[in-house]
Amino acid sequence: MTIQEIQEEIVDEFSMFDDWMQRYEYMIELGKSLPLIDEKHKIDENIIKGCQSKVWVHAVMDNDKIEFTADSDAIITKGIIAILIRVFSGQHPKAIIDADTNFIDKIGLKEHLSPTRANGLVSMIKQLKMYAIAYQTQLN
Amino acid sequence: MQKEIDMLDVQKIREDFPILKRKVNGSPLVYFDNAATSQTPQIVIDAIVEYYSNYNANIHRGVHTLSQEATDAYEIARKKVQQHFNAKYSHEIILTSGATHSINIVATGFSNLLSKGDEIIVSALEHHSNIVPWQMLCERTGAILKVIPMNEEGELRMDIYDQLLCDKTKLVFTNHISNALGTINPIEKIIEKAHAVGASVLIDGAQSCPHIKPDVQALDVDFYVASAHKLCGPTGVGVLYGKENWLNSLPPYQGGGEMIDQVTFEKTTYAGLPHKFEAGTPDICGGIAFGVALDYMNTIGFDAIADYENELLDYGTAKLLEIEGLKIYGTSKNKTSVISFNIENIHPYDVGTILDKMGVAVRTGHHCAQPIMDFYQIPGTIRASFSFYNTKEEIDILVKAVKKAKMMLS
Repeated sequence: MTIQEIQEEIVDEFSMFDDWMQRYEYMIELGKSLPLIDEKHKIDENIIKGCQSKVWVHAVMDNDKIEFTADSDAIITKGIIAILIRVFSGQHPKAIIDADTNFIDKIGLKEHLSPTRANGLVSMIKQLKMYAIAYQTQLN
Repeated sequence: MQKEIDMLDVQKIREDFPILKRKVNGSPLVYFDNAATSQTPQIVIDAIVEYYSNYNANIHRGVHTLSQEATDAYEIARKKVQQHFNAKYSHEIILTSGATHSINIVATGFSNLLSKGDEIIVSALEHHSNIVPWQMLCERTGAILKVIPMNEEGELRMDIYDQLLCDKTKLVFTNHISNALGTINPIEKIIEKAHAVGASVLIDGAQSCPHIKPDVQALDVDFYVASAHKLCGPTGVGVLYGKENWLNSLPPYQGGGEMIDQVTFEKTTYAGLPHKFEAGTPDICGGIAFGVALDYMNTIGFDAIADYENELLDYGTAKLLEIEGLKIYGTSKNKTSVISFNIENIHPYDVGTILDKMGVAVRTGHHCAQPIMDFYQIPGTIRASFSFYNTKEEIDILVKAVKKAKMMLS
């Protein structure tokens, strides 16, 4: 699936919920399905700054596609990073660099999360794209 | 009988605060982030509107009527602040942009008064704003920073403070009340003991001023700082109280208009107090509104406020402790209406996010006091801080919301 298709799928899923509680319960569920980062990569260099909770992200490239793993000490944050990883993992670096992230508005994440958390979200996207830029440079 | 007269009519008081009528995420707002900033009564909002509608002008220099009216109102506000803190002179009251600005005026001013090897003592309960300026001062001067540690209850270890004090101690800094835990520090003893070794003392009153009316002369404190926005006043305004002789001996913090006596390209002489520390156009409107906010709080009365807030603290503590797995940090008998807590195995940030969805505003995180969080080895806490306009019914809503968050997040 392309990034665009995965985003549309997520927007569809979230549109089924009537209220914030269902939406958050679903995010908590998604958090539990997050592909967890190997403990050896849970180091300070892999922490994303700008989040009130700790978020670690690690990336590897296999067959020109990037696979992300992550973890967080807060469960809702884990849900958010799980959504981002579902969108970006297994994609070509160029596709990740070019992807827009408007779907976040559509599923009400940006609107419903506090400003500091929203900043965390922005930092997370930035970090995932930075990995893509780094790997794209290798390909070039 | 006296008690009845002093009793506070919270429903009537709530009418004074327009923001308390609003809804957040579809639920009535329950505002429990008072330790970060207090809400603003209509009378203060009116004073701000009145200033910009009627007599907005620059102060201390115009000969025209508006400028005179603005100057008079600003100086009346300074006198109100003087009376509130019981300073000896109104020129001992420097109006600043907030407690952080006030602390920096003193920390910078001491750069030339300290030598290598001098010691300054700070408490372990400090807000970053009362740690970083002193670390910077130490870097500039070669002075050494010593720390009064805390115990498990969140109280300062006064026995260790006694050991730290010596003839090298030049300055002691502590907050009156901890913003993260609510502990009331024994500042009378801290000041007395510091003076006994010839050290001067700065007290950060940012958290205490909403609850306690300090008497700077009775305390015999050298410097006392506070912020208007925690006292029902506007943001961007604060106060530095300093004893006259101290303020005279410190150099100006910023150069500019208003703070000068004579300027030539060869030499400038500085204005007297308080203008020496008030370079540039101040927040005139904010200063005036701060005076109105102090009047408002004094009309309610700080004794009545303290009694009522203690009642809220006891009620909130008992109710929250009924929740299994909930732990309160800061359990001193001497504390104000701040409850810092966590729920076992749940990140404070997750709880704060869910509470917000239910209209309950709390603070989560390290509360700009990372050393305290390090002491307890936690990433942060959920902090509910109550003010005199909060109610027990709102605490019930908080407790219900915490239970729901716990259920969702477990």
